[in-house]
Amino acid sequence: MSKTVAICRYGAGNVRSVKLAFTRLGAELIDDVEAADLAVLPGVGAARSAMAGLEERGLVDVLRARTKPTLGICLGLQLALESSEEDGGVDGLGIVPGRAVRLRDGRIPRIGWAHVEPEHEAYWFAHSYVAESPAVTATSEGLAAIVEHGAFTGVQFHPEKSGPAGQRFLEQCLSRA
Amino acid sequence: MPLPRLIPCLDVAEGRVVKGVNFKDLRDVGDPVELGAAYSDAGADELVFLDITATLDRRAAAVATAARVAERVTIPFTFGGGIRTVDDACAVLEAGADKVSVNSAALARPELIEELAAALGSQAVVVAIDTEDGRVHSHSATRAADRDTLEWARECEERGAGELLVTSIDRDGTRNGYDTGLLAAIADAVRLPVIASGGAGSAQHVADALDVADAALLASILHEDPERLVSLRGELKELGVCLR
Repeated sequence: MSKTVAICRYGAGNVRSVKLAFTRLGAELIDDVEAADLAVLPGVGAARSAMAGLEERGLVDVLRARTKPTLGICLGLQLALESSEEDGGVDGLGIVPGRAVRLRDGRIPRIGWAHVEPEHEAYWFAHSYVAESPAVTATSEGLAAIVEHGAFTGVQFHPEKSGPAGQRFLEQCLSRA
Repeated sequence: MPLPRLIPCLDVAEGRVVKGVNFKDLRDVGDPVELGAAYSDAGADELVFLDITATLDRRAAAVATAARVAERVTIPFTFGGGIRTVDDACAVLEAGADKVSVNSAALARPELIEELAAALGSQAVVVAIDTEDGRVHSHSATRAADRDTLEWARECEERGAGELLVTSIDRDGTRNGYDTGLLAAIADAVRLPVIASGGAGSAQHVADALDVADAALLASILHEDPERLVSLRGELKELGVCLR
């Protein structure tokens, strides 16, 4: 039986690519974030409007209460932290310890393909903030690339935009759900 | 720093990839989905689609193309041409594009950059700057705007742009090489990633551009031929450029 995936809708942005990626993997897309085998919190917009969008749709408590796997992508990872520096400081969901801080070095936003260690696979990144968290399990150029805490996995990169490597990553997420 | 990027650019009109000189004598060279997917397979790091549809219902054409591309292409792509409002931008992003590119509309009303960044995040907002002799031009480089190029670049950054796509008008289509002096000056003036455009004729030109810019837009050098991207990548690697 195919796994069920619920993708949180809470603002404007490219969520369709995430949907298409899971559809290609044979997942059944449903709306019920509470019941889904895998919930996906995509990254759309900026931190403050995104948190407001989650509250408006009643998703804050649903996401906090989940015991089954949840995948946060990009801003979706950052929203799961306790807070973010973005937009003058925003409280996050607090699912994962840590906070999102503004990037300090290099070109900002950090946009492009970069390797993630220890896998040494290149994925697509597009971000101006990054997680500082004890739950970091993989890095890219010294920056948090993956955080894992309880049933939550957060990725700073966009697996749905990372070609075959990204598709393989999502397949693993789905198979573990 | 992320890896240097190669970005094939496809001109699209009425849902087809077209080729023409100065937007005249357009000829159909293929389907954006097929060509986009082939470039993706050939090693493109992302794609840019510039919609030059001339009809009134540009948005519908853009959304339809973006939606079809997203179904096949699993690397990032930018959509430019005819984006005038946040609603226009949201529509193409919701169809599956990752970024929008704005040019004349931002020059006419710079607040648009702030509105787009607030709604979509800076990473989704590319400002295209067409420049010649230190001045910015608009409307497909046919009109000179009363702006200094470096000042406009800084203003774009302050207003929340995520990247600058810089085209040197006098180099565009010449194959004499990118204007690396201009690119270096812009890269010094802002902290945003800079995409070089206009003038690529050889792998060495692309390598030179990637010394000062974060990405190179590839148009006429590819001849709408994904195989050329494969060979170009090989030549760049031999020149010591570290590609994905």
